Amino acid sequence: MSTATTQKRSVSAVIWDYLTTVDHKKVGILYMLGGAFFFLLGGLEALIIRIQLIKPENDFVSAGLYNEMITMHGTTMIFFAAMPILIGLMNYIMPLQIGARDVAFPFLNALGVWLFIFGGLLMNVSWFTGGAPDAGWTNYAPLSLQSPGHGVNYYVMGLQLSGAGTLMSGINFIVTIVRMRAPGMTYMRMPLFSWTTLVTSILILFAFPAFTVALFLMQFDRMFESAFFDIALGGNSIIWQHLFWIFGHPEVYILILPAFGIFSEIFPTFSKKRLFGYTAMVFATFLIAFLGFMVWAHHMFTVGLGPVANAIFAIGTMAIAVPTGIKIFNWLLTMWGGSIQINSAMLYALGFIPSFTIGGMTGVMLGATVADFQYHDTYFVIAHFHYVIVGGVVFGILAAMHYWWPLMFNRILNETLGKWAFWTFFFGFHLTFFVQHFLGLMGMPRRYWVFLEGQGLDVGNFVSTIGTFLMTIGVLIFLYNIVHTYFKGEVPAQDPWDGRTLEWSVPTPVPFYNFKQLPLVRGLDALWLEKMEGDGKIKPAEPVAPIHMPNSSILPFIMAVGFTIASFGFIYQLDGPLGRITIYIGMAIAVGSMIIRSLRDDHGYYVEFDEDEPQKEGA
Amino acid sequence: MSQDYSIDPKNLPEDPSRVTDEGKFKHLGVWMFIGGESVLFASLFGTYIALKDSTAGGPTTQDLYGLELVFLMTMLLLTSSLTSVYAIYHMKNNNFKKMQLWFGITGLLGLGFLACEIYEFAHYVVDYGFTFRSSAFGSAFYTLVGFHGGHVIFGLAWLITLMVRNAKRGLNTYNAAKYNSFSLYWHFIDVVWVFIFTVVYLMGMVS
Repeated sequence: MSTATTQKRSVSAVIWDYLTTVDHKKVGILYMLGGAFFFLLGGLEALIIRIQLIKPENDFVSAGLYNEMITMHGTTMIFFAAMPILIGLMNYIMPLQIGARDVAFPFLNALGVWLFIFGGLLMNVSWFTGGAPDAGWTNYAPLSLQSPGHGVNYYVMGLQLSGAGTLMSGINFIVTIVRMRAPGMTYMRMPLFSWTTLVTSILILFAFPAFTVALFLMQFDRMFESAFFDIALGGNSIIWQHLFWIFGHPEVYILILPAFGIFSEIFPTFSKKRLFGYTAMVFATFLIAFLGFMVWAHHMFTVGLGPVANAIFAIGTMAIAVPTGIKIFNWLLTMWGGSIQINSAMLYALGFIPSFTIGGMTGVMLGATVADFQYHDTYFVIAHFHYVIVGGVVFGILAAMHYWWPLMFNRILNETLGKWAFWTFFFGFHLTFFVQHFLGLMGMPRRYWVFLEGQGLDVGNFVSTIGTFLMTIGVLIFLYNIVHTYFKGEVPAQDPWDGRTLEWSVPTPVPFYNFKQLPLVRGLDALWLEKMEGDGKIKPAEPVAPIHMPNSSILPFIMAVGFTIASFGFIYQLDGPLGRITIYIGMAIAVGSMIIRSLRDDHGYYVEFDEDEPQKEGA
Repeated sequence: MSQDYSIDPKNLPEDPSRVTDEGKFKHLGVWMFIGGESVLFASLFGTYIALKDSTAGGPTTQDLYGLELVFLMTMLLLTSSLTSVYAIYHMKNNNFKKMQLWFGITGLLGLGFLACEIYEFAHYVVDYGFTFRSSAFGSAFYTLVGFHGGHVIFGLAWLITLMVRNAKRGLNTYNAAKYNSFSLYWHFIDVVWVFIFTVVYLMGMVS
């Protein structure tokens, strides 16, 4: 095994390796690759939206195609780009941070990534089969029931597939963190990224099933002619809105909490100070997660739930600003008096603070019920959530890429290119979205494919589109940086940032078993503690012994393929018997591989060290 | 070298399902899964309560439900939960044959429950013309109760696979964890039924 890694492997061997892998690091890379692909697709859709809106009454795309673009842009960016990239980072980094050799359920992990990839691909197949989903990313009933063709069916099945995968990741991460922390790694010594991974996983666990049910109801109404949202038969379309947002609001915290975790790693590392208010940060994370479940109806203020309900949800919404504010001040105070090093990762972190704070402020404005009636469904809302999602989540992801790239790919991303990418992206982002606040206040509604001349909206929209071009250039520079780094990048010394946490104590490239001996953790910022008070090396918690590792398996891939085939069957099942036959074939493949998995003994294997050791050191 | 999963009869572990790391992970994992499933059923209950009076001129809850059959179904499922407790008791005593026997009885009771449910649905469709498509109430009823029935079917398939698979292998710490996961899941299915009994049938009879 060890000799294989020293030789150049054929392409097909590498592909087979990734198809069958259950290693959390490779699964993480698959998540990030898939997420990056869908990020580019979603970005292309954003570009088309903004080009359409560059001038009044433009005819770059038709109204129908525009609806498909906005629906696919939102859905792709949230479900198939931001979340998978974050889950990929959690997969790669979290076990290293807590001193574990893998996640608790490696097989489920692999199944999760394939379900996500096939779910995303399934939804995008709709472009070629008569039209993508076009009822907005929120897919409100009854609009979504009136949508002709199969577009919305693709939305339902694509999200159902990837949602199941996400739920598995959530359970997996919780069990990993509760059960697999290294000796001495108490909860209150966990790095904050691991903390936010835990809290995010709890949110996933309790939020996603509501969406699963919403999607099932939508699936039944559209594909089995049930009557949940059919007013004529006594149905109630508000049920969709409730279920969607009971999931949907925790979802935005599923996105932002990992980003908070990332920044909480980057600020201390590059300020050479421990995180200010660690305990308060952990507490604030929990408080945000808890409150996040109680505010879903602030998306529904204009539905007519009544003044009492609206008031309660408005107060809950504003309360979330408190723990978030605690976090912002803690990051600022982490930098206070620190020896600050500014590089690309730190630039994104610094850019995040004002951008996200603006987004948080407009969030409180939107939470004021009475004012919300004015803002609702205007560009003000668009500006608000892009400030928190781009200014928070995307900045977080880009910062994490610069920060952890040396660990994941054994190269350092080019700093000059990184700074160019940051500044173009940063200015492009503010140029695009800042002006949209005012467009919204002037009454420009969201989701319209044209606006009229002479209503004071021309300049704002033009500026916004120019900003989008700048953001595109920023992303292209970042992509060029990756290619450049792959061929000419600097190979880092181990621990290039003088890190504080356990992931920087492992050699790069990271061995597939992560830790030869499980580390002994003696305090918060375990590696920094050893640097300051020990000899800079993590103490082992166990003697060198054979390591138990799980076997690779192609079954997760086959199961995901089976479920995808069945999903095609569900999408077309009203059109004739062929659809129903496809369901049976797909389910037979999926359930068949589940039964194979259940019947076979799969005990894993052991890595022995006595012979391997010298080669490992050399590799 | 391979891990030893056998159980030493002279030195029985307190709980053979939680000796290995995998067993411990599975135990917590199933509990977390049940947490997620609770939200799933809560959403379905919410939908049902919102739509239960939207009969669109079709049969109402009072026209349909009869407590005799539902009582029988409740007894069957509650008893199956009890028998699975016996099975786990024998698992902890390392008595594989008795464990299989009690799990077998659990499965039979589950099958009996399922047969009653199929009869109930057929009865509603044939005698009342009450279908999935007749009203929002119909959609909500069949979805909630059907989701539970689907969970029972999945549980039975799981149990049969486990029992067949291990019939010749006997009990060890590797498969004890699997039996234990099933029994946790089965109890959860039972608890959901208690809520269905109350919210759907009892509340449907009085209102």
